[in-house]
Amino acid sequence: MSDPILEGVQCELLNEMNTVWEKTDSLMDTPMHYCPGCGHSVVHRLIMEVVDELDIRGKTVGVAPVGCSVFAYNYLNVDMQQAAHGRATAVATGIKRVLPDRIVFTYQGDGDLAAIGTGETIHTINRGENIVIIFINNGIYGMTGGQMAPTTLVGGKTSTSVFGRDTSTHGYPLRIAEMIAPLPGAYYVTRQAVISAKHVRKTKKALTIAFKNQIEGKGGVSFVEVISNCPSGWKMTPLQSNKWLEDEIFSFYELGDIKVPAKIKKPEITSTEQ
Amino acid sequence: MSEKKLMKGNEALAEASMRAGMKGYFGYPITPQSELLEYLSVHFERRGGAFVQAESEIAAINMVYGAAGAGERVMTSTSSPGYSLMQEGISYIACAELPCLLVNVVRGGPGLGTIQPSQGDYFQAVKGGGHGDYKVIVLAPNSVQEMADFVYDGFDLADKYRNPVLILSDGALGQMMEAVTFPDYNPEDHLVDKSAWATRGNEQGIRNFITSLHIQTERMEEINIGLQQKYEEIQMKEVRYETVKADDAELLVVAFGLSSRVVHKAVDLAREEGMKVGLLRPITLFPFPKTELSYFADRVNNMLVVEMNAGQMVEDVRLAVNGKIPVEFYGRMGGIIPTPGEILEKIRGLYQLHNSEEVANV
Repeated sequence: MSDPILEGVQCELLNEMNTVWEKTDSLMDTPMHYCPGCGHSVVHRLIMEVVDELDIRGKTVGVAPVGCSVFAYNYLNVDMQQAAHGRATAVATGIKRVLPDRIVFTYQGDGDLAAIGTGETIHTINRGENIVIIFINNGIYGMTGGQMAPTTLVGGKTSTSVFGRDTSTHGYPLRIAEMIAPLPGAYYVTRQAVISAKHVRKTKKALTIAFKNQIEGKGGVSFVEVISNCPSGWKMTPLQSNKWLEDEIFSFYELGDIKVPAKIKKPEITSTEQ
Repeated sequence: MSEKKLMKGNEALAEASMRAGMKGYFGYPITPQSELLEYLSVHFERRGGAFVQAESEIAAINMVYGAAGAGERVMTSTSSPGYSLMQEGISYIACAELPCLLVNVVRGGPGLGTIQPSQGDYFQAVKGGGHGDYKVIVLAPNSVQEMADFVYDGFDLADKYRNPVLILSDGALGQMMEAVTFPDYNPEDHLVDKSAWATRGNEQGIRNFITSLHIQTERMEEINIGLQQKYEEIQMKEVRYETVKADDAELLVVAFGLSSRVVHKAVDLAREEGMKVGLLRPITLFPFPKTELSYFADRVNNMLVVEMNAGQMVEDVRLAVNGKIPVEFYGRMGGIIPTPGEILEKIRGLYQLHNSEEVANV
């Protein structure tokens, strides 16, 4: 910083007129603990951008259960509750039911939402709770050191499936978004990613729709799955992990809307009378 | 206006919960507490409450966590196997210091056990129950009237100490009908300011978060020390107990909840036979009347603890008495309620062993 020329350049660059990118208000000004290349930080930022743009910071309550993102309350500057493993949607139900005019969202990983919390996931959606569920699916247990998740692809190598996921003993990867989409309580179900600017824009649009649905009281869960990466757990560089997503993962977890209001068909009710 | 009604214990508790300003109820059906759920499903939503029949006790207790964290008076109720399922959530609630009311209408265990009344969940209720060092304030009613009264006390204590409060009832108290009077109670007069911690959206610019995660060991120890200080304060200030004919007693019988009613009868019968026998009934099981029992240990010759289990509270009585006098135990298990006659038999035997000869020879 002793170089007077460089200093001059910096000052010029730091001029407010030159601002092209800044932290959104509701995101805390602090370093995140996430590994380099991890998608969590991008999604955190997107949620807070949406919260700020919809001007709902003062009435939003978030729930982050056990997993890498259990520390989300350190970054998201809205009222937050940390939840037990798998129980985020039950906690969110409790909040929303006693404070129906607040905006409530959960932020859950795949071990949380699709393994230990499957029961809560299905029943919260089936009750049609008017909340937003944000589901970060990276196909692995990141926080505990890279164990097999219910979402790990067949053949996927993890610390508890070192020879690759074998369906004869480990079962099959669970596509939970497709599973819950037919439930009448699911209002909006989409699957997105954050590996490129294009994907990030689409994810933000999906999150905006989800939160708007809740504000407008559309009646039902808005479910945004984000296929993310885990360079540390996958033993890859961030770039390798992004390529792996495009080459291997997206063909199984296809991106795009799974259920949107315009396309909702009336549920086909099979008569129970014989 | 207070009014007198004939009600089941479970229904009286449910009615009192609404009168005490409850805003959310989250539960799951299990015998013998289902009347509570059924009663609230009829009356609670009509009175503007949030009623959710959850998919499991695990979900129910976590709904309680969320709604308590949002700063409202909330409750769940269950019976023994369901209370076991709730333990993880209660541990989180205790660490995050969220006020809420829990009800365990105890049935015989272990396992699926029986649906008859029992006191086999004493240890689980008063020793924490889940993982880690924590305590739940435990109130033990012995009548339908107290099933109702302790709801108001429970919510007030929960709010005062930001701690879960458990009403430890049993299948008989839940099912039996007695006259009950609902007191004049205006919840508005009992509201406490929760704005410093409740997550209700930070419109006032104060951002709150609720957590039981403190990854730094020093911080986690601080949290633990804080909790223990709170439990000490509760031990100092909130002990409740009742004595019957204890002033001149040579034998003191100690019993809580339903068994204290049977003991009361047995004590009356023993008095008729000239034996100086009294009853001490702990009303709060945590905080336990330790000092009071120690006081009586200096004045009576021996104690008898009667429970509907294999001998659980007797351990706490012995700790309080600290070896000063013999503490005997009589219990029935598996959902069986002891009769006054069998307790009287036990009293006679002990009285002859330890107490004044002239009376013992009557």
